[in-house]
Amino acid sequence: MATRRISSLVSRSLPVLSSGGKQPCRGRGIHRYSTAASLEDPIKPPVSVQYDKLLINGQFVNSASGKTFPTLDPRTGEVITNVAEGDAEDINRAVSAARKAFDEGPWPKMTAYERQKIMLRFADLVEKYNDEIAALETWDNGKPYEQSAQIEVPMFVRIFRYYAGWTDKIHGLTIPADGPHHVQTLHEPIGVAGQIIPWNFPLLMFAWKVAPALACGNTVVLKTAEQTPLSALLVSKLLHEAGLPEGVMNVVSGFGPTAGVALCSHMDVDKLAFTGSTDTGKMVLELAAKSNLKSVTLELGGKSPFIVCEDADVDKAVELAHFALFFNQGQCCCAGSRTYVHENVYDEFIEKAKARALKRSVGDPFKAGMEQGPQIDEKQFEKILKYIRSGTESGATLETGGDRFGTKGYYIQPTVFSNVKDDMLIAQDEIFGPVQTVLKFKDLDEVIRRANNSRYGLAAGVFTQNLDTANTLMRALRAGTVWINCYDTFDAAIPFGGYKMSGIGREKGEYSLKNYLQVKAVVTPLKNPAWL
Amino acid sequence: MSSESNGNGVESSHVKIPQIKFTKLFINGEFVESLSGKTFETIDPRTGEVIAKISEGDKEDIDLAVKAARQAFDHGPWPRLPGSERRKIMLKFADLIDENVEEIAALDTIDGGKLYHFGKIVEIPSAAENFRYYAGAADKIHGATLKMSRELQAYTLLEPIGVVGHIIPWNFPSQMFVMKVGPTLAAGCTMVVKPAEQTPLSALYYAHLAKLAGLPDGVLNVVTGYGRTAGAAISSHMDIDKVSFTGSTEVGRLVMQAAALSNLKPVSLELGGKSPFIVFDDVDVDKIASLALQGTFYNKGEICVAGSRVFVQEGIYDKFLIKLVEKTKAWVVGDPFDPNVHQGPQVDKNQYERILKFIEIGKKEGATLLAGGKLSNRKGYYIEPTIFTDVSDDMTIAKEEIFGPVMSVLKFKSVEEVIKRANATKYGLAAGIMTNDLNIANRVSRSIRAGVIWINCYFAFDKDLPYGGYKMSGFGRDMGLESLNMYLQVKSVATPIYNSPWL
Repeated sequence: MATRRISSLVSRSLPVLSSGGKQPCRGRGIHRYSTAASLEDPIKPPVSVQYDKLLINGQFVNSASGKTFPTLDPRTGEVITNVAEGDAEDINRAVSAARKAFDEGPWPKMTAYERQKIMLRFADLVEKYNDEIAALETWDNGKPYEQSAQIEVPMFVRIFRYYAGWTDKIHGLTIPADGPHHVQTLHEPIGVAGQIIPWNFPLLMFAWKVAPALACGNTVVLKTAEQTPLSALLVSKLLHEAGLPEGVMNVVSGFGPTAGVALCSHMDVDKLAFTGSTDTGKMVLELAAKSNLKSVTLELGGKSPFIVCEDADVDKAVELAHFALFFNQGQCCCAGSRTYVHENVYDEFIEKAKARALKRSVGDPFKAGMEQGPQIDEKQFEKILKYIRSGTESGATLETGGDRFGTKGYYIQPTVFSNVKDDMLIAQDEIFGPVQTVLKFKDLDEVIRRANNSRYGLAAGVFTQNLDTANTLMRALRAGTVWINCYDTFDAAIPFGGYKMSGIGREKGEYSLKNYLQVKAVVTPLKNPAWL
Repeated sequence: MSSESNGNGVESSHVKIPQIKFTKLFINGEFVESLSGKTFETIDPRTGEVIAKISEGDKEDIDLAVKAARQAFDHGPWPRLPGSERRKIMLKFADLIDENVEEIAALDTIDGGKLYHFGKIVEIPSAAENFRYYAGAADKIHGATLKMSRELQAYTLLEPIGVVGHIIPWNFPSQMFVMKVGPTLAAGCTMVVKPAEQTPLSALYYAHLAKLAGLPDGVLNVVTGYGRTAGAAISSHMDIDKVSFTGSTEVGRLVMQAAALSNLKPVSLELGGKSPFIVFDDVDVDKIASLALQGTFYNKGEICVAGSRVFVQEGIYDKFLIKLVEKTKAWVVGDPFDPNVHQGPQVDKNQYERILKFIEIGKKEGATLLAGGKLSNRKGYYIEPTIFTDVSDDMTIAKEEIFGPVMSVLKFKSVEEVIKRANATKYGLAAGIMTNDLNIANRVSRSIRAGVIWINCYFAFDKDLPYGGYKMSGFGRDMGLESLNMYLQVKSVATPIYNSPWL
């Protein structure tokens, strides 16, 4: 119920989160979940894999080496299909196609209006195949199908339409110089954009990166995550059906240390955009520095505070804090993973947060009403369980969850820790899983200091009705997004990105255009001008 | 009325003339009769015959339309939809224009005497294009957060201005309609549109498409009728928040006066012009003579930005005149449905006679008639493309907007001189500068007091290019993102902040 009151564009179209919950088995202090029978017998995805090769210069091709890698169903750990594995040579081929399409091809020379029409046609096509695309996304990633079909694919479409509208509105300036000169700036496409996207939101990350790059007239080489290569290949095929010239959009599936490194250090790539972990982001920046000094935008990890103030309506705060952390199996870079709760409402909050976690419906993501599917893969699954053990060992109180869910696939019980201290590992590291850590605070100055005491600065949530408190926190928190009484409110027009080690640059909104444009100042003297 | 009555014999057979489907006022999502029950005739300028009888809106119809628009703005969904939802409906509107290009082009041709093929290939598709542009703008209306000098947090909200009244002219019925309606819709406003009484047909057709596209009732209302009745009612209405007018300078004055005397509604005016088309010695004479011809004769000279004062530098003056005459001979006047025709009839008898009067004055005041100027013996309101030379700045034809296919050619010596003479006008809408000398181009661009400067091109309109006038050519800018400002209020919001780590 509370979900519907959250002023969040995401939650607006969410199925009511509290419905259809699995009844937990209660016993011996910590609540444990029963094993869902359905997990043993996964639902057959209503879609088949059509594209599993590299997309280079408008053609689906095998990798140069002929190698493939398996992409796995996180519900079972079984192979969905084998996908062509791109390496340095394939990146070279893709970059040279993109280079040619940029230097000679029609794309940057087209009128903005024509680019717009192709992007609008593409958006229409994706809308038409909404359910197939959503099913493929869920199969490869494990996120609830309803989330894919009702939120993510429609948001993908919105982002492309939004940037389609920018194509013919990319304005430079005429500039008043200090003397008799006529000065103007030209905003030119930057060239070949290399983009590396993560596995947690394969389609949305595609849209955030590809849409502004195309709107500005660039060409693209995209490396998808090896965990989730499938949806990008399908939508890129549709992009070509919409009339995109060959070579403009190239997709190379493969691994970071091979294909990713090749893209980052390529001498003919003009710009890099990376979303992923902070550790990998550092390497990306380093490779760009060592090669051709290509400009880099990074959208990295986070450990975002969600601050519940003294005046909060606890029921609403619990629901929002729950959503902020558990959405997408906790696999969000901006997850509200440090839940700071004022001491006066702390106990009530813990009680209710625990109850809410217990009510969370976990199961086969293709089943209706599921809020949570499996984690992406075994590695993440093990990593999260390790953090849970570390939480217990460091003295935090495990209120609920704490173990795997079921016996098959990578499902984890929604987990809540109370009595968490700032110096515990679970309060400092990005866990990237369904693990909520709840911390207690006394006053505003203290929580500001503690919330900012992180190497990350991606997002923050503030829950209060007090305007002065909201205004103070909004400016004091060092984070790229502050959500006040809402969370994960994403929109094509709202920029997103990090302070500190959460990254460099902003994606989405008008801000993202800057990432894909060069600014050229053009200066010429004026003889006898009428005015200056 | 049936379409047969429009026929002008053989030439009309180029295209099937559409049946006229919409002849009533469009108010609150419905086509309705005027309250008085009165109608007026819309005339085919090719023949002077009646195409259809159109409902004649008057003050009480405007009241109804404003009431619907007010309701749609104050209580309806339109201003409360996210920009992305408004965009969706506007994109659908654009698709519907594309799907009906031929029918709309034919309506503007029979109603306004405009070239059918040009309409079909350029003008109507560009109307759809314009709609897509503003559809894309609907979710990009940004205010700003502000830098305050104390502990204050402040920002601006750009709010839709409310109910807009649009009064549009007959020379570009389709483009004027989308140029006004597109940004108004994107901004989240509702509106009452009064098309010109000479060309009501396409506006009513667009109203029908708006309904099909899913525009909520009351957002767009179209009231056909006359300026002195329906138009005056819009300008002086107490419940219209903004009026935008494109037309003559005389009427623009009346609109502004009515706004001042009623509720002080903000006004934007796009009025007349007498734009200089300046040709310097260094140009390719052949190429620029063609451009000059287009600059004056395009759309029968019925265009406010017509380059109707052609200043030619003395070094190429004679050569330029020879080229002009040569090219004018190849300029075909005839049925606008004929694909080989460059120029159709003037819009109505009034305009036709007014232009002929100017031609007479030109002769009387001593200008030399280089081409045209004779009466055509064909039926309808056709005028030969006419060129006067030896025109001096003080002649009537060099000062007044003729709004017809009449070019005045003037000779000049120096850059300084031509800047002075080009600016010696009450108007300031556009200017053409023809030169390959960068310094001259830059200098003259800054010196001419006009809203649009075209260098080595003319009529280079674009959806992203704002245009409008200096001086008595009006104020405000249509097109581009600039035009959104005409339909937005700026609200500043400030609130104290405490302990901000930065200011």
